[in-house]
Amino acid sequence: MAKRIDVADLNIYYDKTLAVQDVSLSIEPRSVTALIGPSGCGKSTFLRSLNRMHELIPRARVEGKVMVDGQDLYAPDVDPVTVRSHIGMVFQRPNPFPTMSIYDNVAAGIKLNAKRMPKSELDDIVERSLRQANLWDEVADRLHKPGSGLSGGQQQRLCIARAIAVQPDILLMDEPCSALDPISTQKIEDLIGELKADYTIVIVTHNMQQAARVSDVTGFFNLRGVGQPGHLVEIGDTATIFSAPSNKATEDYISGRFG
Amino acid sequence: MPVSERTSRSRVRAGDRVFAGLSTGAGALILAVLAGVATFLLVEAWPAVVAPSADIPGGQGITVYIWPLLFGTVLSAVLALLIAAPLAVAIALFITHYAPRRLAQGLGYLIDLLAAVPSIVYGLWGLAVLAPATVEASTWLYQNLGWIPLFAGPPSSTGRTMLVAALVLAVMVLPIITAVVREAFLQTPRLHEEAALALGATHWEMIRMTVLPFGRSAIIGASMLGLGRALGETMAVAMVLSVSGGVSINLISRSNPSTIAANIALDFPESTGIAVNTLIASGLVLFAVTLAVNMLARVVINRRRDFSGAN
Amino acid sequence: MNPSTRTDLEAALSDRPLTQGSLPRRAPWITLAAAIVIGLVLTSFGVATGLAALVTAVLYGVTIFAWSLAVEGPRKAKDRVVAAAVTSAFLLALAPLISVVVTVISNGVNRLDAEFFTYSMHGIVGEGGGVYHAITGTLLITAVATVISVPIGLLCAIYLVEYATGRLGRAITFFVDVMTGIPSIVAGLFAYALFALFFGPGVRMGVMGAVALSVLMIPIVVRSAEEMLRLVPNELREAAYALGVPKWRTILKVVLPTAMAGIATGVTLAIARVIGETAPLLVTVGITTGVNMNPFDDRMATLPVFAYRQFSSPGIPPEPAIDRAWTAALVLIAVVMLLNLAARLFSRLFAPRSRA
Repeated sequence: MAKRIDVADLNIYYDKTLAVQDVSLSIEPRSVTALIGPSGCGKSTFLRSLNRMHELIPRARVEGKVMVDGQDLYAPDVDPVTVRSHIGMVFQRPNPFPTMSIYDNVAAGIKLNAKRMPKSELDDIVERSLRQANLWDEVADRLHKPGSGLSGGQQQRLCIARAIAVQPDILLMDEPCSALDPISTQKIEDLIGELKADYTIVIVTHNMQQAARVSDVTGFFNLRGVGQPGHLVEIGDTATIFSAPSNKATEDYISGRFG
Repeated sequence: MPVSERTSRSRVRAGDRVFAGLSTGAGALILAVLAGVATFLLVEAWPAVVAPSADIPGGQGITVYIWPLLFGTVLSAVLALLIAAPLAVAIALFITHYAPRRLAQGLGYLIDLLAAVPSIVYGLWGLAVLAPATVEASTWLYQNLGWIPLFAGPPSSTGRTMLVAALVLAVMVLPIITAVVREAFLQTPRLHEEAALALGATHWEMIRMTVLPFGRSAIIGASMLGLGRALGETMAVAMVLSVSGGVSINLISRSNPSTIAANIALDFPESTGIAVNTLIASGLVLFAVTLAVNMLARVVINRRRDFSGAN
Repeated sequence: MNPSTRTDLEAALSDRPLTQGSLPRRAPWITLAAAIVIGLVLTSFGVATGLAALVTAVLYGVTIFAWSLAVEGPRKAKDRVVAAAVTSAFLLALAPLISVVVTVISNGVNRLDAEFFTYSMHGIVGEGGGVYHAITGTLLITAVATVISVPIGLLCAIYLVEYATGRLGRAITFFVDVMTGIPSIVAGLFAYALFALFFGPGVRMGVMGAVALSVLMIPIVVRSAEEMLRLVPNELREAAYALGVPKWRTILKVVLPTAMAGIATGVTLAIARVIGETAPLLVTVGITTGVNMNPFDDRMATLPVFAYRQFSSPGIPPEPAIDRAWTAALVLIAVVMLLNLAARLFSRLFAPRSRA
């Protein structure tokens, strides 16, 4: 069930260092939001604060609000482990569990979150997740082989299948194509377009063409200077951001790469 | 000056050749030493192998002499491993995944200190502190679980039992296993840990999904290293264990089989003639067993290294 | 994917609330404090410390599990119990360390006097005497062992890092690892068997002990030196080659000096490993009561064997000998710990940058 995200006055720290300053934005359900910006501007850090992965780093912390359909993820009685089971994440490098089969990789999240489930039902979910990830046809005959035997692009789609098997509300993607070749990248981009129908997707990317191709909304993060925290410069309709950004910095960044 | 250039170059070549030869020789020497250990032990053990049974201490031949010792060696080492291996895995987990990261290195060093204590000190400690401390527990085991052959008793009043020997050995091999397992756990790819956490796994579920499977062969290999060490440990067992000979799995009585290593340490200084050869023969058996265990352990650990390298 | 095809179970999965019952932050500490109090009460009633500690740990585990199970559910409860178990395992491992150190110190201080370090056992019956002869013996034998092991170990490491190719290299790497597992008593028997072939049975010499210790020491030196040599960046070697420096001079003048601090650390640790060995010296060097400074002639006293013999055959009355044994153990443990500490300091002070 896709849900909307409202972030208000979010400050993200590593120990005492402010890494991302004062971000406020809203993300509509069933849309793709791309976050772009130079390296070190905090876009990945911001993404990881949306499913409370950021706080896994010792002494890292977050101030402000992240509301998912009106519920604050950082409210005191919210359990971060449950949050993560509701918000899926796909990482830069494909990371299927090397000791598990393809089937077990997809089923991993279900097995954690649901107690017992008839085998047939689990089979159905695994098949449906793999189909949704456009991977079923390629792996149907080797479900019980290790996932590490797949190609990089297939592994990444396996990771997407693993993330969506638990029917998350939101899907976060942290540069999901940066380790992939152009053909695998295209497949993932097509897949993002399809998944939009069911999920709210937030994707961090270095590749501006990719942001232009897959996203509805684009947010630009930047640093004010070396040693300064990152911040959200502007966010808006992707077409507008790429054709007529309202901020000079955004325009420089985009034209610098395109020109 | 072509002549002098040639001589200087050939001197360079000669220097390189000498140095390469020296270092290759040193490498080959390692293999030679290992072969030498086997050879010299065999040469000195041979008189005992061919001697008539009656000349061997005990008067019943070398097999009857060595077999109970081998039994005691394996029993004490396996027991020690059963105690130490699970603890070592738990400690390695604590250091790598539970302790505050700033403390982790220092805590690891504390465990390493256990390995630095000389075995003679463990012997003294086992005899003076651990053995008396177990008497009460042994008595309880005898009274309540005496129907299990392991606790058939009667309990030793000094505590110098197989159980205590195994406990001391466990303490001694614990740091060795922990060190290897800790290293493997640290190498678990952060990427896999994050994948598990992002799926909504608790800390322990993450460890079960990623850290433990990743470290499995290291755990096996490290346990076998520990087993090898326990099999060959000498002084602590020699001092702690009260020995009567024979074969028994009774862990809490004062009549126990000795171990090969302890028996050598106890008898060698006072032995002469064929008795020395017999002891060396038992040492050869110990060498063969530990060599096999260590080689297997290294194969297992190295295979894991290949795996993680490919990732 | 049409949402209407979702199963009830999946719906249940997705609609779970984010908020879950959770224990107050201080819950583990409160539980732990209560468990410790109960443990302390038990000890005051005369229950053995070990048993009380066990009760405390079990009590904590069971309470936190039950509490968490009721409030947070089974997954969190398991998580908390594992955390408790893993922490207990660590604390349990510290118990013998603390016990050993306390026991050795409290028993060893009795004879920690000037006489202990300046007298041998020559002509001593009963009280008095010292370990002067054993300290000189230990230093001599360890020094000879170091002189044998370091060049061989270092050259072997250089071979493995700079020259080794193919089978021989792999075989040596493998057997160096295997050699670290040779039981020390077997190393002693090897030295005895080797010398007995040339000097006849019953031979005892300091150098035999040094050979035995070398068998134990060489693989440790190789391992640590190899690791350090591999940390030397290849650019350094290539820079030297580019200047026309031959390989052997590059190794001697560039590679070795760069790795020297790390190698020194490794050698120190190796010395710490073998200086406390008893068994190999027992069968090769034996024990004597007086000072013997000639490693090629007859028995020699060493600290570990001294401690063992004083304890195993104390004579009558036994107390003075047993006191001497403990003090020798204390000296030994102090030496080993100091060597370890020195090695760590060494490696920290001169740590190569690539360690980061």
